[in-house]
Order: sequence, then structure tokens, then C-alpha cells
Amino acid sequence: MKEFVPAGADLELRAIRKEFPGFTAIENLDLHIPAGEFFALLGPSGCGKTTTLRIIAGLEQPTSGQVLLGGQDVTFTKPHERPVNTVFQSYALFPHMSIVENVAFGLRRKKAADPVAKAMDALNMVELGHVAERRPQQLSGGQQQRVALARALVNRPSLLLLDEPLGALDLKLRRQMQIELKAIQMEVGLTFLHVTHDQEEAMDMADTVAVMNKGRIEQMGAPEALYERPKTAFVSKFLGQSNLFVGEIADSSGDSFSISVAGNRITVPKHRAEKQAGKIAIGVRPEKVEFHRTDPAAASHLNILGPGVIKDIRFTGVSNQYLIEIPNVGDVIVFAQNVGISPVIELGEKVWISFKVEHAFGLADLPVGDEE
Amino acid sequence: MGIAFTSSAPKQSGSPLKSGKIVLVLLLPGLLYLGMFFMIPLVSLLITSVETPDASGAIGMYQYGFDLSAYQHVITDYAPQIGRSFGYALLATVFALLISYPLAYFVGVRLRSRPLIQKLTLTLVIAPFFISFLLRTIAWKQIFADDSVTMNFVRNLMHLDPSFHFLGTPGAVVWGLVYNFIPFMTLPLYTSLERLDLRLLEAAGDLYASPAAVFRRVTLPLTMPGVISGTLLTFIPITGDYVNASRDFLGSPDTSMIGNMVQADFLQNSDYPSASALSAVLMVVILVIVGVYVKRTGTEDLL
Amino acid sequence: MRKLRLGRFALPLYSVIALVYLLVPIIYTIAFSFNDSKGRTNTIWQGFTFSKWLDVCSRPDICNAVGTSLLISAVSTLVATVLGTAMAIALVRYSFKARSLVSLSLFLPMATPEVVMGAGLAGLFFNLGTGYGYTTVILAHVMFCLSFVVVTVKARVQTLDPVLEEAGQDLYGSPTAVFWRITFPLLLPGIVSGALLSFALSFDDFIITYFNSGGAVTTFPMYIYIAASKGVPAEANVIASAVFILAILIVVGTQLATNLRQKRLLAIK
Repeated sequence: MKEFVPAGADLELRAIRKEFPGFTAIENLDLHIPAGEFFALLGPSGCGKTTTLRIIAGLEQPTSGQVLLGGQDVTFTKPHERPVNTVFQSYALFPHMSIVENVAFGLRRKKAADPVAKAMDALNMVELGHVAERRPQQLSGGQQQRVALARALVNRPSLLLLDEPLGALDLKLRRQMQIELKAIQMEVGLTFLHVTHDQEEAMDMADTVAVMNKGRIEQMGAPEALYERPKTAFVSKFLGQSNLFVGEIADSSGDSFSISVAGNRITVPKHRAEKQAGKIAIGVRPEKVEFHRTDPAAASHLNILGPGVIKDIRFTGVSNQYLIEIPNVGDVIVFAQNVGISPVIELGEKVWISFKVEHAFGLADLPVGDEE
Repeated sequence: MGIAFTSSAPKQSGSPLKSGKIVLVLLLPGLLYLGMFFMIPLVSLLITSVETPDASGAIGMYQYGFDLSAYQHVITDYAPQIGRSFGYALLATVFALLISYPLAYFVGVRLRSRPLIQKLTLTLVIAPFFISFLLRTIAWKQIFADDSVTMNFVRNLMHLDPSFHFLGTPGAVVWGLVYNFIPFMTLPLYTSLERLDLRLLEAAGDLYASPAAVFRRVTLPLTMPGVISGTLLTFIPITGDYVNASRDFLGSPDTSMIGNMVQADFLQNSDYPSASALSAVLMVVILVIVGVYVKRTGTEDLL
Repeated sequence: MRKLRLGRFALPLYSVIALVYLLVPIIYTIAFSFNDSKGRTNTIWQGFTFSKWLDVCSRPDICNAVGTSLLISAVSTLVATVLGTAMAIALVRYSFKARSLVSLSLFLPMATPEVVMGAGLAGLFFNLGTGYGYTTVILAHVMFCLSFVVVTVKARVQTLDPVLEEAGQDLYGSPTAVFWRITFPLLLPGIVSGALLSFALSFDDFIITYFNSGGAVTTFPMYIYIAASKGVPAEANVIASAVFILAILIVVGTQLATNLRQKRLLAIK
């Protein structure tokens, strides 16, 4: 049994490929998670994130590639010999054992001293010491989830894997658990790898987010970086919402270039664009866009499009969402924060939209449907 | 066949099936055992069926050979028994189905809201299983004995001739067969009915179907796997039964079935080729039936 | 509206009648175990007595037969349960080629009439020159019980979510530890069901046993069959009734116990 690294350990995946009969789940995955980080692997169902998790846990073998933990190659090490623990999506609590026995299971297998005492400590940390003698079936979903967490954490693994652990919880409980999980991770200093399809959750909790799609990581970085500067069409749409405009790169001068869409000029700074020539998709986040009743004066730092027509207005409490249709351009979504004074605007009214050039981003690829 | 003796729905979390050498360790002992003690005996049966009588003419002594006279003898001389076996089996199966289906429906569908009562009633249904099958049959034999209280009552009630008897008639044999094999019919039916999604019946009703139409167009088709399963599990063993038809139980020499002849030839007359040939004939028919079934529905649900 | 009312009662009423019909021979057999019959015949009611129950082994051949049956059934059940559980786990959890062949091989014994299996096995033992006796009967019993054990245990294995075993591995359980601490305890109810079913089938078997006993071994069902022509004594009814009551107690008992445990578990929530 390998000695366990007391603090978190680096995780590295090199050129991982996983094929199943009939399809390839993971194409070519490279990943490096530094020790002690809270890392989120984000993606839609079927993108390969759960498969990646299982490969790291040892429950699956990659078709090719390597898994390194703390520098050691563990690609073919059996799951019970890896210093990695998993919090499963369905919690997987053993129904025939009491809660405390569940939590002590890993400790007993490793022949650790005082397994019951340590298990009780872990249970107390998640505030469930009082249910130690009950069975999993007697606990609520939220309680089971905390037991599953305690059961994994008590073993002080080098790496903790969480497979969409909050999916089955209702909204309030989920928010609460997100805060708790983050607090625990920071307190204990372990490396957490959190797999989820919930982008708000990923952005909220993680130090680094990797967005995965169809077996590949499309973009990886700090949540703000990903959000303010998505690099692919998928990321721009999966993480938050985006307005995308497609056109040929025409003017290129100084530190920015522009495209022309139905007579409207859209400029993007060169350092925020992934391409410098050809057809490009330029996007902007809806909350960065304003609309105006009259044609605003042209300004070098602004992109102005219009006129368009208000097609839809939605009130979501926190904001008003407007859908504006600009002929030959498409639909533009605008979020306006609800600060108490909503503009009195009605469906069908003619408006112009504007956004700052520095908020625009240029994507590496084109949205589906606009490919060359 | 889907005979699940516990009726919990399967639950898988999408983990892939494992593979490895350990499969051999798990499967081989059982498979070898079956190979040795099921397959080989069947082959042995075929070999015995074509043996020739020993040159010495001694009873019970045979030589290996290829003599089809046993088949000839069996198919011509035992034709009545063969016909009777399949005839009784068909009749008994139909009656068993008609009796079992409503009962299985009651327990599997109507009693769903009270799981404990459902389990206890199911236990009552298979209770006959727990008492010796021979004694059950003897009980009916004594109940229907020519001079029993029951028979006297029936004769008076229906103004019948004093010589009217039930024992020894095909009716008695079929009665016994039906009774003894009802659990085989009921359990698969129950399993099917217990899993029936009642919301589908509600939906049918919502779409203007009368109760009869709901049964014909929704319930019956959906429970058809159970019906077929139960039918096969009832029909096939009955064809080989001989206890019910034996004259020590409910039958008479006039109701003898394939099983009676096999037993007589094998254990009493030492006519091994004939016994084996008859068994082989029966087995072939059964394999054909099973073959048709497997072709239609595949081997996935067999167990 | 009248029609609806009657309709609702028709099915329960029918079911009660059907259940009574099913129980008639059982009640008859149990009743006649209390019959004060003289000699071997037990066909006419001659008075109520406990004497047959108290003195059940006054006819030693019955108790010998029961003892033989118990021994054969116990050994057969043990072997069939071990082999069958292994096969059931393999069928549900592992992928392998020739899956259809295995399923068919397990299914055929269940579909083959007992005369065919009995005659076949007897022929095999005859050709092998092994003679007949306890061994041949036990070998025969294991064969036909195996498939039923597989079917019963398989149903239970299918309810076992593989993620539990993965969690066991994830928590440092070696394959052996995972099997004995997670898989086996959770499968145990199914294994026990399979074993009970195997025992019941073996104990009650007549045809296959008769063909393979060679006169050296007399099981309880054989005793009854042979006695049927001459007269089955009341002691046989006693044994059968006792077995029946025991079986019902076990089955109903476990159902009630499970029910009680479920209720208690869910009450504290």
C-alpha cells in the first residue's frame, strides 16, 4: 500500500484516450491540477467528464495515456491501491452497515488505528455525529450526501473526486453544501476534483474550471477568465449566455480589427481574439450590452448595432431580459440589472444596442451552422 | 423466461460489465457439471435408443449398434400414449391458465397497495408446493374415490348412475395435472402482472377504452411474456408426468401417458432402447417448442 | 352503478374460491394426520388422535426415509447453491462470449421433463458401471436444482447496484474484502432463497430419484409412491404436515420480520 501524501497531491493526465466499443469517450486529454486546488470539470452529459473521473479513480483503464499522482504513474494501479477517494453521484452508502461503519470502512481496510474514533470525528465535522448508529435508508438526501463526503474525507486522500454530488439536492440545500464543501476544502487543504454540469456551481466553488465537450477540454482557467473571455463557441454558450456575430475580418489596424455584419461594424481588441484572419465569431455577454431609444453617437470605444425591435421582455427578479431582433443580424439578448427603475419600454419599440469594444471577445471557432 | 422468484426491478448505475479470468472460475464448475450430468445423459439416451438386443437374447442386455426398430415400435405402438400426453398437457395448460390468470391478477395488481397481504397471499398460492406432491395427489384420489362422501354427494346432486366414477378417467388425470401445476403457471403470470405499470391502464381508460378493451389491448399484450413463460413451464413438464396418470393415483391403464411407458420399459421391462427412444421423441418435440420460443424472443430473458 | 359494485367484488370472491380449492388437499392431508387409523390404510375417518404425531417413528421405515431425504437434500443444496451463486454472479456482472449458450444450458434442465432426465441419468450411470446409490441420487439432484438457484440468486444480483462494490474498491477494499464485506452480505437473502428453493425441490423430488436410486436408497417421496398401492399410513401425513408447517412458518416468518424491520427503519427518519 503506497504511503499517503499528507497534503494534497498534483494530478496529471497525459494524452488520455478512452475508447468504448462503438464510440470514443475521450479523444486526447491533457490535464494538470496542482496540489491543494479546488478544480471543476464542467461539461454537458455525455462529454466524458464522468469517464475521466473513473479513470482517475482507477475504476476504468484508459485505452492509452498516463495518469500521474504526485509524480507517480498510477495508470494501472488498482483502485484500492490509489490514495484517491470518490464521492459518488448516488452516494453509494452501504445499506447493510450503520453510518459510522460506513465512514470507518476505508480506515478499517487500511488497518488504521482507532477507526471508530476517527469516523466519529469526520461525522462531527459534517454535523452528523448524532446519526452514527442509524442506517443510510433512514437519512435524508442531504444527510446521505454529507455522510458520503465524511466517508471519503476521513481517509485524508491525496485527491478527492466528487461526481456531481449535489445533483439530487434541492436548490437551497445545494447552495448550502456548496459553501460547506468549499470551506472544508480550504480548511483541510486537499485537492478536490469536482465534476458537474452546473456552470454556476463550478464558477462559484472552483479555483480553476475546465470546460469539457465531446471528449476534449475546450478551455481551462480561472472562472472569471473563462467567463469574460471564452475562446470557443461552445464555452461561450455553455458558460453563461453570449451574443455572437459572424463575419469576415476586414479592417485591421493597430490593436484591434473589425468585421461587418449587415452594415454594422463590430470591433474587437486583437488581444481578446483567438483568430486574426478569415471568418470570425465575435461575442459579447448580454449584461455588457445596453439599448437606446435613439441612435447613439458613434464612438471609437463602442460597438453600435441597430436599429432593431424589442421582441420579448422577461422579468426574472434579479434582472430584466430583453430580446432584440436586428434585421439581417439576428437576435440580441440584453440583461439589465433590476435597480428599481426599469426603462418603460414596450414590445415592438425601435431600439439601438451598444457595448464596449473591450468587452467583445473573438472565438477560435464558429458557432454550429455558420461553419465555413 | 423471466421467472424471478423475487420481483424487484433490476437496478444498474451504468457501470460497465467486468471481464477477466475470474469469469471462468465462476462459470466453469457449473457448466462442466451441467455438461456432465445433463448433456451427456441426453446423448447417452440417444445412444441407448439405437442399441440392438444382445446376441444371447438375455433380457436387459444390449449391444451398441444402430437399430431404429425401437423408434418404429415406440411411434406406432405408443401412439395413443403420445397423443394422450400432449392432449392432456394442452387441456391442463389451458385450464391452468384460465384459473391462474385472474388469481395472479388479483394478487399482482389489486393487492399492490398492501404489500404484506400481497406477499402472504402469494405464499398461500404456492403453499401446495410445500406439501409432498404425491400426498396432494393421493388426497384428491381419496376425495374422488368411488365411495367417498364427495362422490356420493355429486351423484345424488346430479342424479347419476351409481356406477358413475371419476377416478381413473381422463378427467381425473387432467384435474390432478391442473392442480399440481398451477403454481408453475401462476408464478410467471404474477411476476409479469406485478410489474405492470397501472398508469398505462389508467391512460387507456382516459382514452375511452372500456374495461374489456383495456384488458384485451393493454393488459394482455403487456403480460404476454408471463403468459408464454407460464404456458411453457406448465405444458412441458406435464407431457412427461406419470404420477397423476398412474393407476395408483388418479389414472388407470387407459389413461397412461408417455411417462408411464418410459417408466415401465426402463424400470420393469428393462427395455432400455424403447424407453430411451420414447424419451428422445418427447425431448425432440420439446426442443422444437423451445427452439421456436428462443428464436422469437432470444436468450436474454430465458432466465 | 349496481354493476360496478358487483364487478369490484367478483375478482376477490373468485380469488378466495380459487385459494380454497388450492388448499383443499393440504387441509385434507393435515386433517388425516390426526386420523386414528388402524394399520396402513388411512382412507376413512376413524376418530381424532395425536398418537400418530407423538409416535411418528413407530414405523421405522418412514423415519429412515425422511432421514435419507434430509441428508440427500442437504448435500445437494450445498453443492447447488455454491455452483449456482457463482454462475449467477458471472451472468449478471461479467461480460463474456457464449452468453446465449450458458443461458440455454441453464434453461434446458428447467424445461426438460423429469422422466427424460431420470432415464438419461440412469442410463449414464448404467453405462459408466457406477451402480446406484446415495452418490448417484445426489449428483442427479444437484443437476436439476442448479438452474433454480441461478435464477433466484440472479434476480437478487440484479438488484445490487455495482456502484456499491466500486465504492468498496475506492475505499481501499481488495477484491476479497469487497466480496465478503459488501457483495456477499447484500446477496445473502437471495442465496438463502435459492438454497431453500433447492432444498424444497430436492426433498419433494420423486421421478428422478426413483430412476437413480437402484433400490438401495429410499427417500420419503419414494416411500409414499411405493406405499400408494398398498396404503399410505397416517405417519406419512404427519411428516408431510410437519414439513409444510415448517416451510410456511419460515416463509411467512421472514416476510413478517422483513416487514417489521422496514417499518422500524423508516419510522426513525
